[in-house]
Amino acid sequence: MLKTLVSGDTPRSPILLATLIVILICLAFAPFLFPGVRSVDTAARICIFIVLVASYDLLLGYGGIVSFAHTMFFGLGAYGVALASTHMGRGFDALLVGSVAGAGLAALLALVIGLFSLRVRAIFFAMITLAVASAVAVLVSQLSTLTGGEDGLSFKIPRALGPAFKFMDGELFGVKANGKLLKYYLVFICCFVLFLLMLRVVNSPFGRVLQAIRENDFRAEAIGYRVVHYRVAATCLSAAIAALAGALYAVWLRYVGPDTTLSMEIMIDILLMVVIGGMGTMYGAVIGATLFVLAQNYLQNVLSLAGESVSTLPLLTDLLNADRWLLWLGVLFILSVYFFPTGIVGRLRGK
Amino acid sequence: MSAAPKHAPTMAQMSLPERLAPYAPILLVVGLVIAGFVAIPATSSWLTLTVSGLAMGMMIFIMASGLTLVFGLMDVINFGHGAFASVGAFVGVSFLLLLEHMTGAPNLLWNLTALMVAIIGAMAATGLMGYAFERVIVKPVYGHHLKQILVTMGGLIVVEQLIIVLWGPEEIYITRPESLKGAITFAGAALEKYRLVAVGIGLVVFLAMRYTLRRTKIGLIVRAGVENGEMVQALGYNLRMVFIGVFVAGSALAGLGGVLWGLYQEVITAHMGNQTMILVFIVVIIGGLGSVEGCFIGALMVGLLQNYVAFLEPKAALISNIALMVAILMWRPMGMIPVVKAK
Amino acid sequence: MSDPILKLEGVFTNIAQYHILQGVDLTVSRGEVTMLLGRNGVGKTTTLRTIIGHWRAHQGRVMFDGQDITKLPTPAIARAGVGFVPEDMGIFADLTVEENMILAAVSGAIDEARLQWLFTVFPALETFWKKDAGTLSGGQKQMLSIARAMIEERALYLIDEPTKGLAPAIITTMARAIKELKDQGASILLVEQNFAVAKALGDSANVMDDGRMAWSGQMSELTQDAELQERLMGLSMEAH
Repeated sequence: MLKTLVSGDTPRSPILLATLIVILICLAFAPFLFPGVRSVDTAARICIFIVLVASYDLLLGYGGIVSFAHTMFFGLGAYGVALASTHMGRGFDALLVGSVAGAGLAALLALVIGLFSLRVRAIFFAMITLAVASAVAVLVSQLSTLTGGEDGLSFKIPRALGPAFKFMDGELFGVKANGKLLKYYLVFICCFVLFLLMLRVVNSPFGRVLQAIRENDFRAEAIGYRVVHYRVAATCLSAAIAALAGALYAVWLRYVGPDTTLSMEIMIDILLMVVIGGMGTMYGAVIGATLFVLAQNYLQNVLSLAGESVSTLPLLTDLLNADRWLLWLGVLFILSVYFFPTGIVGRLRGK
Repeated sequence: MSAAPKHAPTMAQMSLPERLAPYAPILLVVGLVIAGFVAIPATSSWLTLTVSGLAMGMMIFIMASGLTLVFGLMDVINFGHGAFASVGAFVGVSFLLLLEHMTGAPNLLWNLTALMVAIIGAMAATGLMGYAFERVIVKPVYGHHLKQILVTMGGLIVVEQLIIVLWGPEEIYITRPESLKGAITFAGAALEKYRLVAVGIGLVVFLAMRYTLRRTKIGLIVRAGVENGEMVQALGYNLRMVFIGVFVAGSALAGLGGVLWGLYQEVITAHMGNQTMILVFIVVIIGGLGSVEGCFIGALMVGLLQNYVAFLEPKAALISNIALMVAILMWRPMGMIPVVKAK
Repeated sequence: MSDPILKLEGVFTNIAQYHILQGVDLTVSRGEVTMLLGRNGVGKTTTLRTIIGHWRAHQGRVMFDGQDITKLPTPAIARAGVGFVPEDMGIFADLTVEENMILAAVSGAIDEARLQWLFTVFPALETFWKKDAGTLSGGQKQMLSIARAMIEERALYLIDEPTKGLAPAIITTMARAIKELKDQGASILLVEQNFAVAKALGDSANVMDDGRMAWSGQMSELTQDAELQERLMGLSMEAH
């Protein structure tokens, strides 16, 4: 039964299986295992980024399509929820409308970009998505009346997801039984379902054709598959899921802004996560996202500790400065492209 | 047996569009300038904007030319190209700050000398960096576009962080050399002196590149290599050395662009190279990968459009360039002056 | 008999997962025109490309003038004295005829005397000197391709189907050029499907089949034995 749940795509490595189970348990019971605002926030971020990175893996790892527009779709979902909540008032209907509208718009935009990409080379396509995504980010910052500009939008989420809402008296295993708990589980369950959905897609006939196209698109076309249709479908699906991840992110933060949702930094982060985790594996997204978010939150502490212990050489202290964690991640990234082209998951599977 | 059809060949002249086709890119620039003239009410404003547009275009061209040649010749896509611009800016500005007594003096000769020193320093630093970058980061991933994109982006991140390590996280403000401050008036318009200098330098670079590519043997090797690298090797040339040379030259040019851009904005940050890369990519796409002429014309168009639209409707500036890119790709999907590859 | 200028021993070359050359043995004697014959797809072009280094043999040896060039990079092989005229001609369309020739003069400037001689062999070269090579007709491009290889004296020329798709008049010019090269003392390995040319120029013949050498010997032997031709190439060459 477990096999059908993951659509037959088993981890195929005991270490990976163990790691995934540990991560699943930690995330499923995060509010109880790691109580505290910061740790629960980290857990929620991990959930959301797993979905976001997995949707990118669908595009890049399975479809072989390099695109830099992914954060744009993420932002569309987030802003969709924010704008809906702002104009419709707080409530689950606003969340639903916002998410669906965001996902729909993302899919539509992906369709337009996808159809346009027919006429240009793959490298051009990558550069074009970069330019378009940057332009959209700038545009959103500038249309401040509509989008809140640089400062972003704060909005209210349904009462049931807030700290004031008590769905039962007292505490549940030492944690307050309030809306915040519900909010976490909303995020967790949605992300879990979306991830399983993506596993289903990549292991379906559609997913297999996509991989065949990635390996040799001439051959696939010769056999009779309209490569264009499959690529566009993959782009739209990937975009819609990214938007849904964005919607969840917005609900979690109760805030959207160009730097939290549309920045190029997030795009680079996604790239790091998918490469380090392992492209074309889905589980790579889980490993990559977990590692990355943990690093982002806790590596800085490690670095400052390390920095203090070598306070003799000023240059060394600068290099080990907590703010320079991105430097080391960048180095790790380059090294993984060279030495772990299949990512951590690939390595664990013995490839 | 029927008679053979009457054979009366006509010598039709090429239609007007066909005859204009090779000149289309240049005409587009001229058209853009004219459109700007029509759209912008005051002639003096139009003049000022045209000069800034050309100046910006030149600087983008200088930064983009290296990227397009590297891709055309080596089939290597360097997403970290912006890092060279940033490093160039920081090194150049460091030199200028060191030579403050020369830049502060109202003496044109001293100012230009200081500027030259800064430029040469920046280009040397970025050229060296380019050499290291090519050997360590790029060489192992020849032929794999996806890996190139990933690895060069990684390189970009690392270099940006290293800039912060060496120069600190704060942005650095820089004032232009004394005699390059301010503007001259011409036909009622204020034309900034620095921008005129930038246009001049840009033209010199373009003409120098054109000369090298068309009239020197190494230029021939590069042009032939862009078309058919295999055959160039079969003639006996070590294309690998040429690759390295072009990569280093492209990086040095990016460094030059960075210094000029830094002085244009009068402030430099570690991320500035990254920010200009958007426009650089648009220019490279519009111009056609591998074509220096296309890059030049594309850069002028982007610079002009950016300035005109920013004046008329500030928020639409970047979007207008995206629209320009889309329009040109619909017309010529490979860019305006695509290089015919033998592959 | 002096040592051969070129010797292939048991050469295996793969392209991606395709095993093209499966143990090729080939000898080119000095000062001779050696023909490389065979049906389409047997590996003739791959053999030439392996010699010049565009593709690497993963097994076997390529000896040029006593030197093992199996693992040498292409530019080094060219500089050692091997000229290559590929099947697709490899001319640079964006450059003028003049620029193509300047580029081909690897050691420095063009030898004027040699250029004048080339103009007598290929008059079209002079006529189109300043034109972009891309505007030339097929035959003129082919002439440029050979002229480029000839502008500097080389010990060995690898020529791949120079007469393919050309008018008879141009074929004659081509054959004349190759003969002149031979008269100068060069050795030539020539892939040709045009049998009249092969018969007229070839001193020795090698017939390939399925990535291997099926027959080697003197050209005269082959031309006199119609049954042998039939067996090796599926049809009598007189039929061409």
